[in-house]
Amino acid sequence: MRLIAENLSGERGGEAVFDGIGFVLADGEALVVTGPNGSGKSTLLRVIAGLLPHSHGRIAFEGDSEAFPTVASACHYLGHLNAMKSALTVQENLEFWRDFAGDGQLGVSDALEEVGLGGLGHLPFGYLSTGQKRRAAIAKLLISHRPVWLLDEPTSGLDKASDARFAALMQDHCAAGGIVVAATHLPLGLQGVKTLEMGRVYV
Amino acid sequence: MLALYLRDLRMGVRAGGGALTGVLFFLAVIVTIPFGVGPDLNLLARIGPAILWIGALLASLLGLDRLFQADREDGSLDLLLLNADRHMLALTVLIKCLAHWTASVLPLVIAAPLLGLFMNMEPVGIAATALTLLVGTPAIVFIGAAGAAVTVALPRGGLLISVLVLPLVIPVLIFGVTASYGAVNDPDPFTPPFLILCALTMFLAVIGPLAAAVALRSGTD
Repeated sequence: MRLIAENLSGERGGEAVFDGIGFVLADGEALVVTGPNGSGKSTLLRVIAGLLPHSHGRIAFEGDSEAFPTVASACHYLGHLNAMKSALTVQENLEFWRDFAGDGQLGVSDALEEVGLGGLGHLPFGYLSTGQKRRAAIAKLLISHRPVWLLDEPTSGLDKASDARFAALMQDHCAAGGIVVAATHLPLGLQGVKTLEMGRVYV
Repeated sequence: MLALYLRDLRMGVRAGGGALTGVLFFLAVIVTIPFGVGPDLNLLARIGPAILWIGALLASLLGLDRLFQADREDGSLDLLLLNADRHMLALTVLIKCLAHWTASVLPLVIAAPLLGLFMNMEPVGIAATALTLLVGTPAIVFIGAAGAAVTVALPRGGLLISVLVLPLVIPVLIFGVTASYGAVNDPDPFTPPFLILCALTMFLAVIGPLAAAVALRSGTD
């Protein structure tokens, strides 16, 4: 299983944000994307997920082509927004995403336990604090199986203990043969990761 | 897919879902008409089906701007797009339309017979209008979804949707009202316009979600 990007260029509103990005990630490898604000970290993740078109280059996912015919189908995307409805309870939110995304893995209450929100499933999502909301969104990664995790500032709003817990979750995912691509300013506490520095800022 | 339907339905009926806005607007329109037109009962009965249809049409356009915008604002839309290989995007849109119709437009259809009394309509006319509304209003939502998808990135897209969609729903209005009149006025037929209305709904159930899916795909940023 490999995630390959070759000579990738991304643009927003007709302006180039980055170009010539390339990497190859095999089972169990993690890539941390760093760089100053505006260097295109989030754009890169959205391009990989297929949510934005790329102007040049190629992205491919090599692996189980039956289960994951495209790159997008193999990806979990955790963006800045949590993709949860504040009017529904945490439990209802997660149950919906488990049913919709398919490939069920952990149960909802087990996933909540993993992110340290055990017993809070009955609360409306809107009642949670910023960090708790983030952790509930992280639980979404656990309830359905995807080999590739695309994480955009995954630890923003998390406290130290949750940071460490999330690092452990990413380690487990890699150890199980998964791939992690994370864009971040903060150290993620992962060992043996590749780093991609998005240096040039186009203005 | 059932999960998506249930989620959207829950969102619609819970606080802030805005399902009641349409009904209240519908009520306000129909209740003011007799005051504006005057106490001519025959005239009211004659324009009744048309007024009910226009009221329901405008009321069902009211909540359409939130159809995809709410999902876009909290990031759910990204994940719906990401899962397009598992659930065809047009099908996802269709399900969202059906949930929106059930939560926001079905109450209009249910309220229509009651409001028909304000217009001094005969029982047959009321029944025919409610039936045509039941069959015709999904078409408004389906084509409205395409408008909602085009304007999803605009913060005040509601009015623009109405302007975009109104010309396309005029045929639905015409055949809906014609069928309703056909049920009461003797020489006019009921079945042909009613069947055309059914055909329009089925046609737009395919075209609308497909167009909306294309618009959503190209509208991500």
